[in-house]
Amino acid sequence: MTYLAKPKLLRPDTPKNAVGYTKRDYEGAISTLCAGCGHDSISASIVQACFDLDIEPHRVAKLSGIGCSSKTPDYFLGASHGFNTTHGRMPSVLTGAAVANRDLLYLGISGDGDSASIGIGQFAHAMRRGVNMTYIVENNGVYGLTKGQFSATADKGSKSKRGVINNDTPIDLVSLALQLGASYVARSFSGDKEQLIPLIKGAMRHRGPALIDVISPCVTFNNHQGSTRSYDYVREHNEAINRVDVILPRDKITASYAPGELRRVVQHDGSVLMLRKLHADYDPSDRVGAMNYLQERQAVGEIVTGLIYVDSSAEDLHRYLNTVETPLNKLGDADLCPGSKALEALNASLRCNP
Amino acid sequence: MSSVQSVQKTNDFVIKFANINGTGSASANELFARAIMGMGVPVAPRNIFPSNIQGMPTWYEVRVSGEGWLGRRGGCEMMVAMNPQTWDRDVAELAPGGYLFYDSTKMLPRSRFRDDIVVLGLPLTDICTREYADQRQRMLMKNIMYVGALTALLDMDFKAVEGLITQQYRGKDKLIASNLHALKTGYEEAKAAFDCPIGLRVERSDMVGDRIFVNGNDACGLGAVYGGATVAAWYPITPSTSVIESFSSYCRKFRTDPNNGMARYAIVQCEDELASIGMVIGASWNGARAFTATSGPGISLMQEFFGLAYFAEVPAVVFNVQRGGPSTGMPTRTQQSDLLACAYASHGDTKHVLLFPEDPYECFTFGAQAFDLAERLQTPVFVMADLDIGMNEVLCKPFDWDDSRRYDRGKVMSAADLDAGKNFGRYLDVDGDGIPYRTIPATHPTKGAFFSRGTTRNAYAKYSETGTDYVYNMERLRRKLVTARKLVPAPVVKKAALPTRFGAIYYGSTSPAMAEAFAMLEEQHIHVDIMRVRGFPFADEVVDFINDHDQVFVVEQNEAGQLRMLLVNECEIDPKRLVRVLHYDGTPITAGFIAGKIADAVKQDNVTPLRKQVAS
Ligand SMILES: Cc1ncc(C[n+]2csc(CCOP(=O)(O)OP(=O)(O)O)c2C)c(N)n1
Ligand code: SF4
Ligand SMILES: [Mg+2]
Repeated sequence: MTYLAKPKLLRPDTPKNAVGYTKRDYEGAISTLCAGCGHDSISASIVQACFDLDIEPHRVAKLSGIGCSSKTPDYFLGASHGFNTTHGRMPSVLTGAAVANRDLLYLGISGDGDSASIGIGQFAHAMRRGVNMTYIVENNGVYGLTKGQFSATADKGSKSKRGVINNDTPIDLVSLALQLGASYVARSFSGDKEQLIPLIKGAMRHRGPALIDVISPCVTFNNHQGSTRSYDYVREHNEAINRVDVILPRDKITASYAPGELRRVVQHDGSVLMLRKLHADYDPSDRVGAMNYLQERQAVGEIVTGLIYVDSSAEDLHRYLNTVETPLNKLGDADLCPGSKALEALNASLRCNP
Repeated sequence: MSSVQSVQKTNDFVIKFANINGTGSASANELFARAIMGMGVPVAPRNIFPSNIQGMPTWYEVRVSGEGWLGRRGGCEMMVAMNPQTWDRDVAELAPGGYLFYDSTKMLPRSRFRDDIVVLGLPLTDICTREYADQRQRMLMKNIMYVGALTALLDMDFKAVEGLITQQYRGKDKLIASNLHALKTGYEEAKAAFDCPIGLRVERSDMVGDRIFVNGNDACGLGAVYGGATVAAWYPITPSTSVIESFSSYCRKFRTDPNNGMARYAIVQCEDELASIGMVIGASWNGARAFTATSGPGISLMQEFFGLAYFAEVPAVVFNVQRGGPSTGMPTRTQQSDLLACAYASHGDTKHVLLFPEDPYECFTFGAQAFDLAERLQTPVFVMADLDIGMNEVLCKPFDWDDSRRYDRGKVMSAADLDAGKNFGRYLDVDGDGIPYRTIPATHPTKGAFFSRGTTRNAYAKYSETGTDYVYNMERLRRKLVTARKLVPAPVVKKAALPTRFGAIYYGSTSPAMAEAFAMLEEQHIHVDIMRVRGFPFADEVVDFINDHDQVFVVEQNEAGQLRMLLVNECEIDPKRLVRVLHYDGTPITAGFIAGKIADAVKQDNVTPLRKQVAS
């Protein structure tokens, strides 16, 4: 394709957020995905979430693997640096980037093939290492970019467009992330922006590894009868456990919520997650309970969505590494080089001929 | 045995210790080597060890060379045979007239010895049982005891050894006392049992000078600290693991914030080498200096990522401590067999920068320089060490550092540059050297952001499959790698005493053996100019050197002649002019081997004139 710049003309009354950006400033190049692809809706939700959160676009680093899903960082946050890495290996590149500069927000975008098939190792290790990131899997159950083969998240018994039945047990990235120590775990549906946008916002304000598994139908290869990732199927089987609102420290809590069905979770940066419970007995701070609940609902064919688990006091990799507050990439010669005097002393200790 | 013609040599012999892994012999053996250097006599020790932690045979070979030759020599004039498992081969290895020192606690039949060697048995186990009550001490002190005995046998300076022990265990008085006791006991028992000294002797000299004794992996780690690396990502593999251990301990020492104990560095042990190089690329992309250390199998795993770093033009530093390949190969033996795997790593048309350190001094220097080169060239840089220099202590020039030196961060556009309206095209060749400008993420709120990728793009980093965009980029990359020729360390030439039509090219750990071979050949009036290649892509001088000689020997420690292939390929040299001299059995190459091969070839060549041979 040829690159088309979007017209930058704006109406004078276009709304700006607290940091002076319009929503357009969070957009990227024009998408080349198929019309109706779930991934594009996720991009739109990311744009909205970053605009709402008053994040300066250049403070975000967006990284992805390879796949239709992994192409999307080109289509949002055009003013952010991005890195389209190799298939299944985004987590390591993101980890390195996050280690180098603790001050940016890291947004990892991946597909189900990228994260659950070829990249499951890196996915797992980034979660267990506690990398401070928002990790979004755009999960369509197939390899979109290579034309519709099953991925490792495809449900057993689901039928491909060509009529092949999948016999392999699916990998559930949400369950995996819970087990591996991710401290913010959510699932959503690309077609439900009302649910998805706040979940992205909560994840971006979270410290520690945040996973959002977003069911994102592939209209070209996995939206047919017999698929368990089609729009129709997901709408029918979606079991939302809660609805989240994210309230920034500067905002007043104005909306009136009926007591009893509300849960407030204050994150480390002071932002508040307001959870409107849809299931009275669901507790998102109970990791083991969450795992059990997921398994139970899965067994009866329900797709649990919402904020499944959050540990608002989680630590992250930088804490474990005990790195200085100044980002490592900002340290200068004087901070890094011990100089010739120290070397002389070292030489002296290495001499055998005193 | 009195009829034995025993070897008589001073400051010029090889003594080998045959031990069992994990018995504490390593530190005693090193103490022995250090003691000789303390007397001003150069020593080149080498560990020969298995890929096991405990119970397997290990050898420590010490070449004592008053003349200062540090390459492996081969052969052995004295064997300290402490391992019953390898007894027969150890005894067999001794040169006629050589000395066999062993623990004579257990009687051995005459048939297990040789008639043409001098046998020196001391009942070490018995003595240790007598002197120490603790089982573990008995095992450990046996080692120090034989060092004591050797001190007497080789006429070494007892005081010097004592001094080393006191220094080594400073602050641990109990340890000092027990070690000194063992040393003294061994010394006295040997004096009482044998006619000391024997024919092998160490005589004070002043050939060590101000040189330091350190291993290459330590030096690589230190080089990374001085080179400003802040991120290390790695996966354990012999023989590279200690590069990270060294980086870690020097960082703790030099990079811990004195006010709050926080780290000005990060070390991540990864799940595999894919993740290691991925993290290095991510950190470098984000403007930190990052590296990994690995060996052959790790290099193989990293291939896809090398291509990404090359094509997306992200700096990366890789210390490759080479070992014997292919596959798991000889994990604890040395080779120079990853040149091709690194030079052209990854699919598609790629080419990478390689540096070839000859010793720990250059491991340090090149190690630090690699970060400047990687950022200047925005590409992966491989420091091609090997097990021989990586894991053995080598006597080398002291490290040096120029305090006025500043890190070369390469072509990075700042916020001020962007505000000044400089045209930022991530893949635009502004200066004609093939190196584009980059921006570090978060440099500027509205300018300079771009999308890095491994797919093709135009000069402004926009996705493009247009042929002209692709070709522009590939040609620029080629130009960049031509620029690299002038930036990598220049080759070092040593001319023969007389003008000659023969040359030899060598690199890396072959250096000390080559230096000695050069002297041997000169002595035989065989004149060969030698050139040590220190970097790839090859500097122009390398081509000139080859063109200045009719025949050039390429001396390497691999089976395929990999540097020779690179020379033929990159410099368009007629392969006939490059003669392979290859040593690859896993042991370090020797001067005798090199000189022998070259002498044979030169003599043969003198019989059949070169011109005629080429014409036929
Ligand atoms: C090492 C490697 N193997 C195979 C491919 C081919 N490939 C590209 S994308 C892809 C699958 C992508 O699937 P997914 O991550 O689910 O993304 P989607 O296209 O479905 O969004 C594959 C197999 C590749 N790029 N690299
Ligand atoms: S193939 Fe599927 S996943 Fe890829 S862009 Fe089209 S609809 Fe989306
Ligand atoms: Mg997919």
